[in-house]
Amino acid sequence: MPRLTATQRHSVRFRLNGHPVEGSAEPRMQLADFLRHELGATGTHVGCEHGVCGACTVLVDGMLTRSCLTLAVQVDGCDVRTVEGLAPERGRLSVLQAAFRRHHGLQCGFCTPGVLMSLDRYLSTNPNPTEDQLRELLSGHLCRCTGYTPIIRAAMEAAATLASSTRQEDSTHV
Amino acid sequence: MGHPAATPSSATAQDSAWIGRSMERVEDAALLSGNGRFIDDLGVRPGTLYAAILRSPHAHADILSIDTMAAKAAPGVAAVLVGADVKALTASLVVGVKAPVECWPIAMDRVRYVGEPVAVVVASDRYKAEDALDLIDVRYAPRPSVIDPLAAITPGAPLVHDGFPNNVASDRHFSYGDPEGAFASAAHRIAIDINYPRNSCTPIETYGVIAEYNVNDGAYDILANFQGPFSIHAVISRALKLPGNRVRLRTPPDSGGSFGVKQGVFPYIVLIAAAARVAGRPVKWIEDRLEHLCASNSATNRATTLSAAVDATGKILALDWDQVEDCGAHLRAPEPATLYRMHGNLTGAYDIRHMRVRNRVIVTNKTPTGLNRGFGGPQVYFALERLMQCIAVELDFDPLDVIQRNVVPSGAFPYRTAPGALLDSGDYVKALELGASSGGLEELKARRAAARAEGRIYGIGYAAIVEPSVSNMGYLSTVLTLAERRKAGPKNGAQATATVSIDPVGAVSVHISSVPQGQGHRTVVAQVIADIFGVVPQDVRVNTEVDTAKDAWSIASGNYSSRFAAAVAGTVKIAADRIAARLKRIAASHLNVEADDVTFSNGKVHSQSNPDNAMPFARVAALSHWSPGSLPDDVGHTIRETVFWTPPELAAPDDADRINSSLCYGFIFDYCGVEIDRVTGEVRIDRYVTTHDCGTILHPGMVDGQIRGGFGQGFGAALLEEFAYAPDGSFLAGTFADYLVPTATEIPNPVIVHMQTPSPFTPLGAKGVGEGNCMSTPVCIANAVADALGEKNITLPLVPARVRALIAGDEPPAPAGVTTQPRSRKPGDRGLQGEGSAEVGASPQAVWDMLLDPNTLQAVIPGCHSVEKVSDTHFRAEVTLGIGPVKGKYRAEVKLSDLDPPHAVTLSGSADGALGHGAGEGRITLVPREGGGTTLTYKYDAEIGGKVASIGGRLLDGATRVIIGQFFSALAHRAGGGGAADGAASGLRAWLRALFGGAR
Ligand code: FES
Ligand code: FES
Repeated sequence: MPRLTATQRHSVRFRLNGHPVEGSAEPRMQLADFLRHELGATGTHVGCEHGVCGACTVLVDGMLTRSCLTLAVQVDGCDVRTVEGLAPERGRLSVLQAAFRRHHGLQCGFCTPGVLMSLDRYLSTNPNPTEDQLRELLSGHLCRCTGYTPIIRAAMEAAATLASSTRQEDSTHV
Repeated sequence: MGHPAATPSSATAQDSAWIGRSMERVEDAALLSGNGRFIDDLGVRPGTLYAAILRSPHAHADILSIDTMAAKAAPGVAAVLVGADVKALTASLVVGVKAPVECWPIAMDRVRYVGEPVAVVVASDRYKAEDALDLIDVRYAPRPSVIDPLAAITPGAPLVHDGFPNNVASDRHFSYGDPEGAFASAAHRIAIDINYPRNSCTPIETYGVIAEYNVNDGAYDILANFQGPFSIHAVISRALKLPGNRVRLRTPPDSGGSFGVKQGVFPYIVLIAAAARVAGRPVKWIEDRLEHLCASNSATNRATTLSAAVDATGKILALDWDQVEDCGAHLRAPEPATLYRMHGNLTGAYDIRHMRVRNRVIVTNKTPTGLNRGFGGPQVYFALERLMQCIAVELDFDPLDVIQRNVVPSGAFPYRTAPGALLDSGDYVKALELGASSGGLEELKARRAAARAEGRIYGIGYAAIVEPSVSNMGYLSTVLTLAERRKAGPKNGAQATATVSIDPVGAVSVHISSVPQGQGHRTVVAQVIADIFGVVPQDVRVNTEVDTAKDAWSIASGNYSSRFAAAVAGTVKIAADRIAARLKRIAASHLNVEADDVTFSNGKVHSQSNPDNAMPFARVAALSHWSPGSLPDDVGHTIRETVFWTPPELAAPDDADRINSSLCYGFIFDYCGVEIDRVTGEVRIDRYVTTHDCGTILHPGMVDGQIRGGFGQGFGAALLEEFAYAPDGSFLAGTFADYLVPTATEIPNPVIVHMQTPSPFTPLGAKGVGEGNCMSTPVCIANAVADALGEKNITLPLVPARVRALIAGDEPPAPAGVTTQPRSRKPGDRGLQGEGSAEVGASPQAVWDMLLDPNTLQAVIPGCHSVEKVSDTHFRAEVTLGIGPVKGKYRAEVKLSDLDPPHAVTLSGSADGALGHGAGEGRITLVPREGGGTTLTYKYDAEIGGKVASIGGRLLDGATRVIIGQFFSALAHRAGGGGAADGAASGLRAWLRALFGGAR
């Protein structure tokens, strides 16, 4: 690992939602601050800066990561995914995002980006989750608006939709 | 959940295409895509600086000195402000009662709560601003503090403000009907004492302010995620010593939740505005979570004694309230509103004609209070509904029978309560029946019987309440005496505003000043408009940002008292109806029909009798722009209509202190079954049923969202959440790991039952619904726990330790293999005690000499930079220690006493640093060991406060052990061999840690 000088800015390069990005950061700068204020990717939110609320959750090389507890310089060379990259294309919503809208899985929307990242990642490897599993997963996220039930409903529906579309794809490939 | 047996809603809902439907929200696509526009997402002007705030570690202390020299010289720092700098530019914030007391957004020469701002650093970025905070040197002289409200009003208690004798800011007595007569003649007098704790709804987005001062205009421009009420704008401009038109206050497009809490950003608006003026540049401040939990605002805690005069049948004849309302260290606007918001409905959902009230507003050394969802309701209903349960127990009735016997009878609406509320509509008897049958009450009772038969602990609780909405801006003047009110002039009403505009291509825009914080106001307004103009909601653009320099607003504007559906959406309807009436006349002249025959649908304006006789809506709508001359003579225009609406029912308090404190009163009937784990004391909700009559439902999905959200917060208040303070005023809940917000694994899904009795007083028949479960749920769960345990004294939050203590019988033995550690503290007690011993490979005399030698001490004390010997028995040290995430520098003073060389010594001292402070005492004994060396034993006792206490509480004991261990191994090493005999530290170390700041 290269030695970094505390008082200097260091260049940081990584892929953000599939696109190369570059900026400079002091070693102490949090990834959340870097995404938001250096790169302008303000979809990732900061609710506590101590790793409990989950609002800042992003994917780093496929791992769910608290961007408030990660330094920007740590993700140099990594693949970073944030809420801005969830939709299949600009102006559309993913299956999960659309399910959130249908079930009122958000109110203020401040916790939502982190919640979406966790659910999106989880559903990609667990296509048939139970409600209890989803509640367990979401225990790493605090939402003060919804009481969680609409979030669970949205996730269950998204899982079902994704599973059935996968089945359809499978059958068309057969 | 279901919506069983909904009664027919208002004509509006029945006739409408959009109102009453759970359409997808227009807000959501952006929020789901990361395109929200919250305050910290918006760009700032080039050159904007960033503020960080230094806060008091003490609950109560005089500020002896503040040295900002080093901070001012730090890299990137543009300005450092202390109290005097702010005082030079501002005036005290107004205080809610008449008293010789001031209220500043920053401490002047005395701090009164942990977290009170002491200095503001403005620097080129937030990291540098925070760096500079560490360089500010503040010397405090601590004073005794008062935390408990009843202790605060005990004669001789330390005074928080010299201008509030006995810490009492207001003491008022009220009497309605003949309470004395009722109590004298009643068969029973049943009473309950309540201590309602402190908590807060803690939005996930914290406060933010961006302020700028234009020196040429002599005017401020401020962006803040403030939520209203905009009566506070008058408070801000008075504090900034400018007329309101020179204090432009704007709100961002999105806000990450508020639940009332973001009303409390206003002192920071003043503070950051002053900082911007000093710095001569725009200044931005985003609060962090520790600041938010510790010092943003809080609901009030309240000590209440409530008595009822009850006849033999369980009918309540009179109530006697004695409320002691703890507003914390300052009485900030709009306090003491929490206490008076519920005044008109202090009789709850019940027909009680006689009532006596004593209301005391008091101050303590805790964070100042402010708006919080439920605002006064949780405190009032906890007392009232606990009392209902106690009446049932004492008179051996079913609790629901007591509720049924006392609710306002059907057909009595509008019903005027004894203290003056006009309960607008409802059918409480029917709602009780509906809730019981639809939610499965009988089944729940059977489950209780079955559980009890098996020896399990199970209980059922009830709560029946009215949920007030649309506050009367005059209710707070009930705190004033009649003479004071006459002098102050009348206050009443609740102006709601809406502006409907049509542009040159006929597109409709709406502006409202309701400042939504995630509730979806834009969607509902679009629905209202769509129904009136026959367009689709997606074609309507709604703007909810407020700019006091340009928009229609008044003091009642903002997002509080659940006023949107009842007042603001209705005002939109009035404004749109006015334009629609004119459009009809314009269309009538083009279609050659009577205006009465014109209607709107599918984007067309057409004749009702002959729908083919039509014009596009956009064409008619745009005519005022393109061809005003062609409009019928007295139509005026249809370009823009602004309506201010205030209901006549909201009058000022009358001479007998009767006040209709709110416009609407919804009804809620909750019940739940809980099971308690006998071993852990954990409370599990078996089923929770909540029945709501909130008038006409405009958007069922959002109404259920409000209910679920309020329920989640009520659930947290019941079982988890508390802003805990140590007896010395240290704040103990500074992280989300200490202040426990419920997660998805804890909150059950409540069964929601609806009925709709439209309000006759609101344009759409709707009432507020946002706060009810914050009022009903805590007491409903508490009543279930009371039923389960047969216990009268129930205090929130019902955390397992507290519930376990209520369960009769001894704690079962620990499972094999688990050893229990002696508990050195009670919950909330941050004192640390310990003892231990160490083996050192040197003689007692050698160890003695080392302990008294500054050079040795410097070498062995963890993190020590310097030890200065003031006298033979007095040392001064500088130490850097980290506890969990909190690393900081501390100054320590250590004194030696009871010297018995080389056998024993007592070390006492104190430590102080930006992150906290501590004091302690330890006795060290040195005993020679056979064969050389020394056994050193120690015993210590320490108290810790400040930031480390707020965020490191759970880490403290462990960290102490580690630091003490380090000290002794270093000592042993230096003495040549040996080592700590056990992992624990010594009294010495205890003092070190306490002293040197390790303590938390
Ligand atoms: S901001 Fe990262 S977990 Fe809360
Ligand atoms: S939607 Fe507001 S915090 Fe979750």
